[in-house]
Amino acid sequence: MNQLLEMYLTFAKVGVMTFGGGYAMLPILQREVVENKHWATEEEIADYFAIGQCTPGVIAVNTATFIGKKYAGNLGGVVTTLGVVTPSIIIITLLAGLITNFADLPVVKSAFAGIRVCVCVLILNSVLKLWKSAVKDRLTLAIFAAVLACSVLFDWSPVVFVLAAGLLGVGLVLVSARKEGKQ
Amino acid sequence: MILLRLFYEFFKTGLFAVGGGLATLPFLSALADKTGWYTQSQLMDMLAVSESTPGPIGVNTATYVGFTVAGVPGAIVATLGLVCPSIIIILIVATILNAFRHNKYVESVFRCLRPASVALIAAAGLSVVLETFTPAAGAGFNWIGLALAGVLIVLTHWVPQTKKLHPIVWIGLSALAGILAGM
Repeated sequence: MNQLLEMYLTFAKVGVMTFGGGYAMLPILQREVVENKHWATEEEIADYFAIGQCTPGVIAVNTATFIGKKYAGNLGGVVTTLGVVTPSIIIITLLAGLITNFADLPVVKSAFAGIRVCVCVLILNSVLKLWKSAVKDRLTLAIFAAVLACSVLFDWSPVVFVLAAGLLGVGLVLVSARKEGKQ
Repeated sequence: MILLRLFYEFFKTGLFAVGGGLATLPFLSALADKTGWYTQSQLMDMLAVSESTPGPIGVNTATYVGFTVAGVPGAIVATLGLVCPSIIIILIVATILNAFRHNKYVESVFRCLRPASVALIAAAGLSVVLETFTPAAGAGFNWIGLALAGVLIVLTHWVPQTKKLHPIVWIGLSALAGILAGM
Protein backbone atom coordinates (compact mmCIF):
# COMPACT_ATOMS: atom_id res chain seq x y z
CA MET A 1 0.00 0.00 0.00
CA ASN A 2 2.79 2.37 0.97
CA GLN A 3 4.59 1.46 -2.21
CA LEU A 4 1.57 2.30 -4.37
CA LEU A 5 1.13 5.60 -2.52
CA GLU A 6 4.80 6.41 -3.12
CA MET A 7 4.37 5.66 -6.83
CA TYR A 8 1.22 7.77 -7.02
CA LEU A 9 2.92 10.74 -5.34
CA THR A 10 6.10 10.43 -7.43
CA PHE A 11 4.14 10.49 -10.68
CA ALA A 12 1.95 13.35 -9.45
CA LYS A 13 5.22 15.20 -8.86
CA VAL A 14 6.38 14.34 -12.39
CA GLY A 15 3.04 15.60 -13.74
CA VAL A 16 3.22 18.90 -11.89
CA MET A 17 6.81 19.53 -13.04
CA THR A 18 6.16 18.78 -16.72
CA PHE A 19 5.91 22.05 -18.65
CA GLY A 20 5.28 21.88 -22.39
CA GLY A 21 4.12 18.42 -23.35
CA GLY A 22 5.32 14.84 -23.29
CA TYR A 23 8.95 15.36 -24.29
CA ALA A 24 9.41 17.94 -21.51
CA MET A 25 8.55 15.15 -19.10
CA LEU A 26 11.70 13.25 -20.09
CA PRO A 27 14.23 15.22 -17.96
CA ILE A 28 11.91 15.05 -14.94
CA LEU A 29 11.38 11.29 -15.39
CA GLN A 30 15.12 10.71 -15.67
CA ARG A 31 15.72 12.59 -12.43
CA GLU A 32 12.81 11.25 -10.34
CA VAL A 33 12.33 7.73 -11.67
CA VAL A 34 15.78 6.69 -12.95
CA GLU A 35 18.18 8.57 -10.66
CA ASN A 36 16.19 9.01 -7.43
CA LYS A 37 13.92 5.95 -7.24
CA HIS A 38 15.74 3.49 -9.57
CA TRP A 39 12.40 2.22 -10.87
CA ALA A 40 13.66 2.12 -14.47
CA THR A 41 16.93 2.39 -16.41
CA GLU A 42 17.82 4.87 -19.18
CA GLU A 43 17.49 1.99 -21.67
CA GLU A 44 13.97 1.23 -20.50
CA ILE A 45 12.95 4.89 -20.78
CA ALA A 46 14.13 4.88 -24.43
CA ASP A 47 12.19 1.62 -25.02
CA TYR A 48 9.00 3.02 -23.46
CA PHE A 49 9.18 6.21 -25.51
CA ALA A 50 9.63 4.13 -28.70
CA ILE A 51 6.57 2.01 -27.90
CA GLY A 52 4.62 5.03 -26.62
CA GLN A 53 5.08 6.72 -30.02
CA CYS A 54 3.25 3.96 -31.86
CA THR A 55 0.58 2.99 -29.39
CA PRO A 56 -2.51 5.19 -29.00
CA GLY A 57 -2.67 7.88 -26.36
CA VAL A 58 -0.49 10.53 -24.76
CA ILE A 59 3.20 9.45 -24.68
CA ALA A 60 3.72 10.74 -21.14
CA VAL A 61 0.77 8.66 -19.92
CA ASN A 62 1.94 5.56 -21.78
CA THR A 63 5.40 5.84 -20.22
CA ALA A 64 3.90 6.25 -16.74
CA THR A 65 1.75 3.13 -17.23
CA PHE A 66 4.79 1.13 -18.40
CA ILE A 67 6.92 2.04 -15.39
CA GLY A 68 4.09 1.40 -12.91
CA LYS A 69 3.33 -1.99 -14.47
CA LYS A 70 6.99 -3.01 -14.46
CA TYR A 71 7.44 -2.07 -10.83
CA ALA A 72 4.12 -3.08 -9.24
CA GLY A 73 1.99 -5.00 -11.75
CA ASN A 74 -1.31 -3.93 -13.33
CA LEU A 75 -2.44 -1.98 -10.29
CA GLY A 76 0.89 -0.12 -10.36
CA GLY A 77 0.24 0.85 -14.00
CA VAL A 78 -3.15 2.29 -13.09
CA VAL A 79 -1.81 4.11 -10.02
CA THR A 80 1.10 5.83 -11.83
CA THR A 81 -1.24 6.91 -14.63
CA LEU A 82 -3.73 8.41 -12.18
CA GLY A 83 -0.78 10.10 -10.45
CA VAL A 84 0.50 11.74 -13.62
CA VAL A 85 -2.94 13.15 -14.59
CA THR A 86 -4.04 14.34 -11.11
CA PRO A 87 -2.16 17.69 -11.20
CA SER A 88 -3.65 18.46 -14.64
CA ILE A 89 -7.18 17.91 -13.37
CA ILE A 90 -6.66 20.12 -10.30
CA ILE A 91 -4.71 22.92 -12.02
CA ILE A 92 -6.89 23.19 -15.13
CA THR A 93 -10.11 23.06 -13.11
CA LEU A 94 -8.89 25.85 -10.82
CA LEU A 95 -7.64 27.99 -13.71
CA ALA A 96 -10.70 27.43 -15.88
CA GLY A 97 -12.90 28.47 -12.98
CA LEU A 98 -10.86 31.56 -12.08
CA ILE A 99 -9.08 33.14 -15.03
CA THR A 100 -10.27 32.47 -18.55
CA ASN A 101 -7.61 34.59 -20.27
CA PHE A 102 -4.70 32.97 -18.38
CA ALA A 103 -2.65 32.29 -21.51
CA ASP A 104 -2.99 35.93 -22.67
CA LEU A 105 -1.58 37.52 -19.51
CA PRO A 106 1.72 39.28 -20.41
CA VAL A 107 3.50 37.88 -17.35
CA VAL A 108 2.45 34.31 -18.28
CA LYS A 109 3.63 34.85 -21.87
CA SER A 110 7.05 36.12 -20.70
CA ALA A 111 7.46 33.31 -18.17
CA PHE A 112 6.70 30.73 -20.85
CA ALA A 113 9.09 32.31 -23.33
CA GLY A 114 11.78 31.67 -20.69
CA ILE A 115 10.49 28.16 -19.90
CA ARG A 116 10.51 27.19 -23.61
CA VAL A 117 14.22 28.04 -23.85
CA CYS A 118 14.86 26.00 -20.71
CA VAL A 119 12.89 23.02 -22.07
CA CYS A 120 15.08 23.08 -25.23
CA VAL A 121 18.22 22.81 -23.10
CA LEU A 122 16.73 20.13 -20.80
CA ILE A 123 15.66 18.00 -23.77
CA LEU A 124 19.15 18.36 -25.24
CA ASN A 125 20.61 17.12 -21.93
CA SER A 126 18.13 14.22 -21.86
CA VAL A 127 19.01 13.20 -25.39
CA LEU A 128 22.72 13.17 -24.48
CA LYS A 129 22.01 10.86 -21.51
CA LEU A 130 19.82 8.52 -23.56
CA TRP A 131 22.39 8.57 -26.36
CA LYS A 132 24.98 7.02 -24.04
CA SER A 133 22.70 4.09 -23.27
CA ALA A 134 21.39 3.58 -26.82
CA VAL A 135 24.26 4.33 -29.22
CA LYS A 136 27.02 1.88 -28.45
CA ASP A 137 28.50 0.73 -31.76
CA ARG A 138 28.57 1.49 -35.51
CA LEU A 139 25.22 -0.16 -36.17
CA THR A 140 23.32 1.80 -33.52
CA LEU A 141 25.10 5.02 -34.59
CA ALA A 142 23.99 4.40 -38.19
CA ILE A 143 20.38 3.83 -37.07
CA PHE A 144 20.44 7.02 -34.99
CA ALA A 145 21.85 9.10 -37.87
CA ALA A 146 19.46 7.64 -40.46
CA VAL A 147 16.33 8.14 -38.34
CA LEU A 148 17.35 11.67 -37.29
CA ALA A 149 18.09 12.70 -40.91
CA CYS A 150 14.90 11.17 -42.32
CA SER A 151 12.62 12.56 -39.63
CA VAL A 152 14.06 16.07 -40.11
CA LEU A 153 13.89 15.88 -43.94
CA PHE A 154 10.60 14.03 -44.43
CA ASP A 155 7.24 14.36 -42.75
CA TRP A 156 6.91 10.65 -41.94
CA SER A 157 5.05 9.28 -38.95
CA PRO A 158 7.26 8.04 -36.07
CA VAL A 159 5.47 4.70 -36.48
CA VAL A 160 7.35 4.17 -39.78
CA PHE A 161 10.74 4.55 -38.09
CA VAL A 162 9.87 2.38 -35.11
CA LEU A 163 8.55 -0.39 -37.36
CA ALA A 164 11.59 -0.18 -39.67
CA ALA A 165 14.02 -0.34 -36.74
CA GLY A 166 12.10 -3.28 -35.27
CA LEU A 167 12.19 -5.18 -38.57
CA LEU A 168 15.92 -4.51 -38.85
CA GLY A 169 16.34 -6.04 -35.39
CA VAL A 170 14.51 -9.21 -36.47
CA GLY A 171 16.44 -9.31 -39.76
CA LEU A 172 19.81 -9.14 -38.00
CA VAL A 173 19.01 -12.21 -35.89
CA LEU A 174 17.85 -14.12 -38.98
CA VAL A 175 21.01 -13.21 -40.92
CA SER A 176 23.34 -14.22 -38.10
CA ALA A 177 21.41 -17.47 -37.58
CA ARG A 178 21.88 -18.26 -41.29
CA LYS A 179 25.59 -17.54 -41.10
CA GLU A 180 25.93 -19.89 -38.15
CA GLY A 181 23.98 -22.55 -39.99
CA LYS A 182 26.39 -22.42 -42.95
CA GLN A 183 29.50 -22.83 -40.79
CA MET B 1 -26.04 11.17 -19.54
CA ILE B 2 -23.74 13.87 -20.82
CA LEU B 3 -20.97 12.38 -18.62
CA LEU B 4 -21.39 9.00 -20.30
CA ARG B 5 -21.22 10.61 -23.74
CA LEU B 6 -18.15 12.59 -22.65
CA PHE B 7 -16.43 9.41 -21.46
CA TYR B 8 -17.27 7.64 -24.71
CA GLU B 9 -15.98 10.49 -26.92
CA PHE B 10 -12.71 10.81 -25.01
CA PHE B 11 -12.25 7.04 -24.87
CA LYS B 12 -12.47 7.08 -28.68
CA THR B 13 -9.98 9.97 -28.87
CA GLY B 14 -7.55 8.15 -26.58
CA LEU B 15 -7.91 4.98 -28.66
CA PHE B 16 -7.29 6.52 -32.07
CA ALA B 17 -4.89 9.42 -31.42
CA VAL B 18 -1.46 7.89 -32.05
CA GLY B 19 1.75 9.87 -31.51
CA GLY B 20 1.36 12.06 -28.48
CA GLY B 21 -0.82 14.80 -27.01
CA LEU B 22 -1.17 17.08 -30.03
CA ALA B 23 -2.51 14.13 -32.05
CA THR B 24 -5.74 14.50 -30.04
CA LEU B 25 -6.38 17.95 -31.54
CA PRO B 26 -8.06 16.88 -34.82
CA PHE B 27 -10.43 14.66 -32.80
CA LEU B 28 -11.36 17.49 -30.44
CA SER B 29 -11.91 19.81 -33.39
CA ALA B 30 -14.29 17.28 -34.99
CA LEU B 31 -16.04 16.82 -31.64
CA ALA B 32 -16.75 20.56 -31.47
CA ASP B 33 -18.44 20.46 -34.89
CA LYS B 34 -20.39 17.32 -34.06
CA THR B 35 -21.74 18.27 -30.64
CA GLY B 36 -21.65 22.07 -30.42
CA TRP B 37 -20.32 21.70 -26.86
CA TYR B 38 -17.69 24.39 -27.56
CA THR B 39 -16.52 26.46 -30.54
CA GLN B 40 -13.27 26.13 -32.52
CA SER B 41 -11.99 29.41 -31.07
CA GLN B 42 -12.78 28.19 -27.53
CA LEU B 43 -10.75 25.08 -28.38
CA MET B 44 -7.79 27.24 -29.45
CA ASP B 45 -7.99 29.13 -26.13
CA MET B 46 -8.14 25.84 -24.22
CA LEU B 47 -5.10 24.59 -26.14
CA ALA B 48 -3.17 27.77 -25.29
CA VAL B 49 -3.91 27.32 -21.57
CA SER B 50 -3.02 23.60 -21.79
CA GLU B 51 0.34 24.50 -23.28
CA SER B 52 0.99 27.06 -20.53
CA THR B 53 0.20 24.90 -17.50
CA PRO B 54 2.03 21.89 -16.05
CA GLY B 55 1.14 18.41 -17.29
CA PRO B 56 0.96 16.60 -20.63
CA ILE B 57 -0.83 18.78 -23.22
CA GLY B 58 -3.25 16.05 -24.33
CA VAL B 59 -4.34 15.42 -20.74
CA ASN B 60 -4.70 19.13 -19.98
CA THR B 61 -6.83 19.74 -23.07
CA ALA B 62 -9.11 16.80 -22.24
CA THR B 63 -9.55 18.10 -18.69
CA TYR B 64 -10.33 21.60 -19.95
CA VAL B 65 -12.85 20.44 -22.56
CA GLY B 66 -14.50 18.18 -19.96
CA PHE B 67 -14.72 21.09 -17.50
CA THR B 68 -16.22 23.38 -20.15
CA VAL B 69 -18.88 20.80 -21.01
CA ALA B 70 -19.86 19.51 -17.55
CA GLY B 71 -17.89 21.16 -14.72
CA VAL B 72 -15.59 19.27 -12.35
CA PRO B 73 -17.23 15.84 -12.93
CA GLY B 74 -16.83 16.46 -16.66
CA ALA B 75 -13.12 17.25 -16.21
CA ILE B 76 -12.54 14.00 -14.33
CA VAL B 77 -14.64 11.84 -16.67
CA ALA B 78 -13.03 13.22 -19.86
CA THR B 79 -9.51 12.68 -18.50
CA LEU B 80 -10.25 9.12 -17.37
CA GLY B 81 -11.87 8.40 -20.75
CA LEU B 82 -8.74 9.65 -22.54
CA VAL B 83 -6.29 7.54 -20.53
CA CYS B 84 -8.35 4.31 -20.29
CA PRO B 85 -7.41 2.92 -23.74
CA SER B 86 -3.70 3.70 -23.13
CA ILE B 87 -3.73 1.91 -19.79
CA ILE B 88 -5.38 -1.19 -21.24
CA ILE B 89 -3.16 -1.33 -24.34
CA ILE B 90 0.11 -0.63 -22.49
CA LEU B 91 -0.67 -3.22 -19.80
CA ILE B 92 -1.20 -5.82 -22.53
CA VAL B 93 1.95 -4.79 -24.45
CA ALA B 94 4.01 -4.78 -21.22
CA THR B 95 2.76 -8.26 -20.24
CA ILE B 96 3.74 -9.66 -23.64
CA LEU B 97 7.13 -7.90 -23.51
CA ASN B 98 7.93 -9.18 -20.04
CA ALA B 99 7.24 -12.73 -21.16
CA PHE B 100 9.67 -12.43 -24.10
CA ARG B 101 12.19 -10.04 -22.57
CA HIS B 102 15.14 -12.40 -22.96
CA ASN B 103 14.16 -13.75 -26.35
CA LYS B 104 17.02 -13.05 -28.81
CA TYR B 105 14.64 -11.50 -31.35
CA VAL B 106 13.16 -9.12 -28.77
CA GLU B 107 16.63 -8.17 -27.54
CA SER B 108 17.78 -7.46 -31.08
CA VAL B 109 14.61 -5.45 -31.84
CA PHE B 110 15.20 -3.24 -28.81
CA ARG B 111 18.87 -2.80 -29.62
CA CYS B 112 17.75 -1.27 -32.94
CA LEU B 113 14.70 0.52 -31.50
CA ARG B 114 16.62 2.46 -28.84
CA PRO B 115 18.77 4.60 -31.18
CA ALA B 116 15.67 5.17 -33.37
CA SER B 117 13.72 6.31 -30.32
CA VAL B 118 16.51 8.69 -29.23
CA ALA B 119 16.71 10.08 -32.79
CA LEU B 120 12.94 10.74 -32.80
CA ILE B 121 13.22 12.56 -29.46
CA ALA B 122 16.18 14.56 -30.84
CA ALA B 123 14.17 15.48 -33.95
CA ALA B 124 11.21 16.59 -31.82
CA GLY B 125 13.62 18.60 -29.66
CA LEU B 126 15.04 20.19 -32.81
CA SER B 127 11.60 21.37 -33.93
CA VAL B 128 11.02 22.87 -30.47
CA VAL B 129 14.38 24.67 -30.83
CA LEU B 130 13.43 26.04 -34.26
CA GLU B 131 10.04 27.19 -32.98
CA THR B 132 11.66 28.89 -29.99
CA PHE B 133 14.48 30.69 -31.77
CA THR B 134 13.21 31.57 -35.24
CA PRO B 135 11.71 35.06 -35.01
CA ALA B 136 7.96 35.54 -35.36
CA ALA B 137 6.81 37.95 -38.09
CA GLY B 138 7.95 41.47 -37.23
CA ALA B 139 10.17 40.36 -34.34
CA GLY B 140 13.97 40.13 -34.29
CA PHE B 141 16.01 37.00 -33.59
CA ASN B 142 15.56 35.70 -30.06
CA TRP B 143 19.00 36.86 -28.74
CA ILE B 144 17.86 36.94 -25.11
CA GLY B 145 16.66 33.36 -25.47
CA LEU B 146 19.96 32.31 -27.02
CA ALA B 147 21.89 33.94 -24.16
CA LEU B 148 19.66 32.18 -21.61
CA ALA B 149 20.19 28.85 -23.39
CA GLY B 150 23.97 29.41 -23.34
CA VAL B 151 23.96 30.13 -19.60
CA LEU B 152 21.78 27.05 -18.92
CA ILE B 153 24.02 24.76 -20.99
CA VAL B 154 27.13 25.93 -19.09
CA LEU B 155 25.43 25.62 -15.67
CA THR B 156 23.98 22.14 -16.34
CA HIS B 157 27.16 20.67 -17.85
CA TRP B 158 30.32 22.29 -16.58
CA VAL B 159 29.68 23.94 -13.22
CA PRO B 160 30.10 21.18 -10.57
CA GLN B 161 28.06 23.06 -7.93
CA THR B 162 25.00 23.46 -10.16
CA LYS B 163 25.01 20.62 -12.69
CA LYS B 164 23.17 18.19 -10.38
CA LEU B 165 20.32 20.58 -9.52
CA HIS B 166 16.77 19.38 -10.19
CA PRO B 167 15.36 20.31 -13.65
CA ILE B 168 12.46 22.17 -11.97
CA VAL B 169 15.00 24.66 -10.52
CA TRP B 170 16.07 25.58 -14.06
CA ILE B 171 12.46 25.81 -15.23
CA GLY B 172 11.62 28.16 -12.34
CA LEU B 173 14.69 30.34 -12.87
CA SER B 174 14.04 30.50 -16.63
CA ALA B 175 10.44 31.59 -16.03
CA LEU B 176 11.78 34.34 -13.77
CA ALA B 177 14.39 35.33 -16.37
CA GLY B 178 11.63 35.49 -19.00
CA ILE B 179 9.54 37.81 -16.83
CA LEU B 180 12.49 40.06 -15.84
CA ALA B 181 13.76 40.34 -19.43
CA GLY B 182 10.24 40.85 -20.79
CA MET B 183 10.73 38.04 -23.32
